[in-house]
Amino acid sequence: MYSFEIETPTSLADALSALGQDEAQALGGGQTLIPSLKARLASPAVLVSLAKIDEIKGITAGDGTVTIGGGTTHAAVAAGVAGSYPALAALAGNIGDPAVRNRGTIGGSLANNDPAACYPAAVLASGATIVTNTREIAADDYFQGMFTTALEEGEIVTAVTFPIPEKAAYLKFEQPASRFALVGVFVAKYPDGVRVAVTGASESGVFRWTEAEAALSADFSVAALDGLSLPAEGMMGDLHGSGAYRAHLVAVMTKRAVTAAG
Amino acid sequence: MPKDHGIGAAQKRREDVRFLTGAGQYTDDINVYGQTYCAFLRSDVAHGRIVSIDTSDAEAMPGVVRIFTGKDFEGVGGLPCGWQVTDKHGEPMKEPGHPVLAQGKVRHVGDPFAAVVAETLEEARNAAEAIVYDIEELPAVVDMKAALAPGATKVHDDLPDNLCYDWQFGSDQADVDKAFAEAAHVTTLELVNNRLVANPMEPRVALGEYSRANDESTLYTTSQNPHVIRLLMGAFVLGIPEHKLRVVAPDVGGGFGTKIFHYAEEAFVTFASRQINRPVKWTSTRSEAFMSDAHGRDHVTKIELALDADNNFTGLRTDTLANMGAYLSTFSSSIPTWLHGTLMAGNYKTPAVQVNVKAVFTNTVPVDAYRGAGRPEATFQLERLVDKAARELGVDPITLRRQNFITEFPYTTPVAVQYDTGNYIATMDKLEEMIDRAGFAARRAESAKNGKLRGLGVNCYIEACGIAPSNLVGQLGARAGLYDAATVRVNATGTISVMVGAHSHGQGHETAFPQVVAEMLGIDESMIDIVHGDSSKIPFGMGTYGSRSLAVCGSAMVRATEKIINKAKKIASHLLEASEADIELKDGQFTVAGTDKSVAWGDVTLAAYVPHNYPLEEIEPGLEETAFYDPSNFTYPSGAYACEVELDPETGKVEILNFAAADDFGNVVNPMIVEGQVHGGIAQGIGQAMLESCVYDENGQLLSASYMDYAMPRAEDVPFFKVDHSCVTPCTHNPLGVKGCGEAGAIGSPPAVVNAVLDALNSGGFDVAHIDMPVSPHRVWKAMHG
Repeated sequence: MYSFEIETPTSLADALSALGQDEAQALGGGQTLIPSLKARLASPAVLVSLAKIDEIKGITAGDGTVTIGGGTTHAAVAAGVAGSYPALAALAGNIGDPAVRNRGTIGGSLANNDPAACYPAAVLASGATIVTNTREIAADDYFQGMFTTALEEGEIVTAVTFPIPEKAAYLKFEQPASRFALVGVFVAKYPDGVRVAVTGASESGVFRWTEAEAALSADFSVAALDGLSLPAEGMMGDLHGSGAYRAHLVAVMTKRAVTAAG
Repeated sequence: MPKDHGIGAAQKRREDVRFLTGAGQYTDDINVYGQTYCAFLRSDVAHGRIVSIDTSDAEAMPGVVRIFTGKDFEGVGGLPCGWQVTDKHGEPMKEPGHPVLAQGKVRHVGDPFAAVVAETLEEARNAAEAIVYDIEELPAVVDMKAALAPGATKVHDDLPDNLCYDWQFGSDQADVDKAFAEAAHVTTLELVNNRLVANPMEPRVALGEYSRANDESTLYTTSQNPHVIRLLMGAFVLGIPEHKLRVVAPDVGGGFGTKIFHYAEEAFVTFASRQINRPVKWTSTRSEAFMSDAHGRDHVTKIELALDADNNFTGLRTDTLANMGAYLSTFSSSIPTWLHGTLMAGNYKTPAVQVNVKAVFTNTVPVDAYRGAGRPEATFQLERLVDKAARELGVDPITLRRQNFITEFPYTTPVAVQYDTGNYIATMDKLEEMIDRAGFAARRAESAKNGKLRGLGVNCYIEACGIAPSNLVGQLGARAGLYDAATVRVNATGTISVMVGAHSHGQGHETAFPQVVAEMLGIDESMIDIVHGDSSKIPFGMGTYGSRSLAVCGSAMVRATEKIINKAKKIASHLLEASEADIELKDGQFTVAGTDKSVAWGDVTLAAYVPHNYPLEEIEPGLEETAFYDPSNFTYPSGAYACEVELDPETGKVEILNFAAADDFGNVVNPMIVEGQVHGGIAQGIGQAMLESCVYDENGQLLSASYMDYAMPRAEDVPFFKVDHSCVTPCTHNPLGVKGCGEAGAIGSPPAVVNAVLDALNSGGFDVAHIDMPVSPHRVWKAMHG
């Protein structure tokens, strides 16, 4: 770790001001950034911690939606949406381990957009809206490839608004070492159709499996997915699974998610 | 009622109180006045020629005390290999130099070629990054077969090729050829024993301190064997006489073999502290550990079994390539040979056995002993092969094993060792009782209802522990003796400190060893403490590895305690005015046989140190004895293991539902510690079988360089184990009749897991003959789908 200054503002306005300094970097729960700093892979001059900003924390229920502050930890999400959006609560409650879940935040995860992270699948499958300090971004516009998002320099995820589906489930097949998603599939059924988002699999990051969405929108059943498959091309291949294996797992996990959604 | 005292009592481990409450004193907890910090600059290429290293900018950085490169170690010894293997032509193995800091070339990712000593760790790291160097990258050799191909890039320019040795051992060629020529059936298997990273919870640490006052050096280090480090580093690397060199290995957070060896960092901090006259500390990061701790396993083997028409094993032959990595680590050469080849007979009376091993240099981290060290490799090959033979022949795998078991002891194998005792039928009987084999079909049917495939895998194992008879290993090329030593120091009030050469880094010696002495003296364990890990306090012992502590060092402790008892009886006979021959020791009382005259243990010990009424003309005052013990043979723990798995055919994911281990460890001193050792061993065996894999790419870059890609076993990956050690055939040649239990779990478990997975697949109609470890979901799925 290189030495750096750290600021812990208590308001969003102060945080944005602090982030205006040279080589300033926002620090959410630090579950990716801190290991990067320890490995000397990043050298910000100033870290601006978002951990003390109450206005970007918490969960509020709306009319058919739930809005989660960007600074809300996974553990708080797991507890806070268990009644309103159980599939999302289950996803949050199965990220990492308790230490990770009590530090890591939804805003941090979405800003980082790790291609094997869980939250992007929920956000994309829910057609959620990412709220920042300057604007609102539709999930379909937000994710732009691995570790790439629509966020501008210095823009902070302040909240995420999820429309609550009729049914939903997230199924994660864990990579054996990291326990990130080797493949994770989030299926959400809304009155106007079904959305299926896949994380962990693609070289382009989280994506929607539109063929499965069409089939499930017509008939929300496992049988509707019979014969549907994804090509191995464009899927990630590494020590833990080839592209073909990941493509296969997407189909399996999608079926299981439909079953789990009930 | 179970014993609560002495040998056989399941006492809780007294050392755990300090470990679990943060009171442990590990090497990194030790800080000394004037301490500096060291950061190594390590190669990021697998193979390269050092063109230039310019430290001038770095030397000007804040806090820098001194920067060292390989040039500073010209004239200093290299890291030695402790075992010279002789090849099949009678030639000594190739033994390339291993400088403390690389000279001329770097040979693996992580090879250190410069080191900065600075006032703080951060300053040392900053300066290490400021060193300007030019390393011309050379082609790397990673694959062993490619390394042996004609014209392959040479890891060491001064060697003719990358072959360390070509070793052959066992039966005469003619006998082996005849067995295969006359065989009714031959089963052949090619397999890989996957490379592992030991990953002890505590990374390595070394702190060198030099005292100008008395010209003494002290090395605090994370070692399993402080005297071995003192011997190797003092005599072979730095030329420091033993009486001027102290090595301290305090609490050590796990070793698993990888903390046996003498490492460059230990020599560096000791050397540098003498150069700058200040203490120098190095603490490994986890990332450094992946590329500098010696790795384990990494064998590629072809093995063949000849059977006659009645399914009797008639011949076995193996061809193994064993990866040495870029340099020979301390005991690397002995692992694929004497700790592997000599175990290839296994539990079977196969009359002709031949083992061939080629050891190969590659541009990878050195490979050496890891829990089991050679014996897991032997067991995995043999027990996978026997299972494959059973499947090919359509016979029950347990029946085939039983039919070929050795049943008469002592038994001398075709690969030279003599098993003193064992009862392989008894442990297999016990195992079958533990696993409810009769109920398996119903359990399999239940799994099938849920779309899952259930499999049962069984194997047995034999290992050689308690290493080792010094005269024998000397003949085999060991450059050290493998005895051990203990000093029993009785204090005036009767409390006892036992100074032992064995080192405890998780094995529970501080609890188990006092149980033995307490049993012998009839006093309470709380009066006895174990002292270990400091060459200035303990007698010259050889440390802990190869499941040797109780069998070898414990035997020395028994011998020393016997000397104490003999002397104490003399003192008691004087106090009781009786003949020494009439004195009996029981429950801490010395009694004149047949009378009610007695003196207590404490009266005798007090007399020894306050000899007012004492036979000074016959015996010396004091009560302290030392014994060295050199075993006459290895010990041979054995057992039978079973694993039951459920396999998800849609994803290839395997879950272990049940695991049972029936071990024969000879006599058991503390059954709770033995169970814990077996649990830990099985967890690591399951780690190897299901999860762990150290992988390099073709350029020698380490792909599994962190826990993001190197999968360690976690609690959820293992079931609750069924463990039994009630089958006891005591070792015949050590005083406690003990065999050792530290490695059994890691040796015995991998084949059971893989055998179970293959059983599950075959039950589902997937004709899969073998899957290499780790049996990951991806590999299972690939095997199922061609």
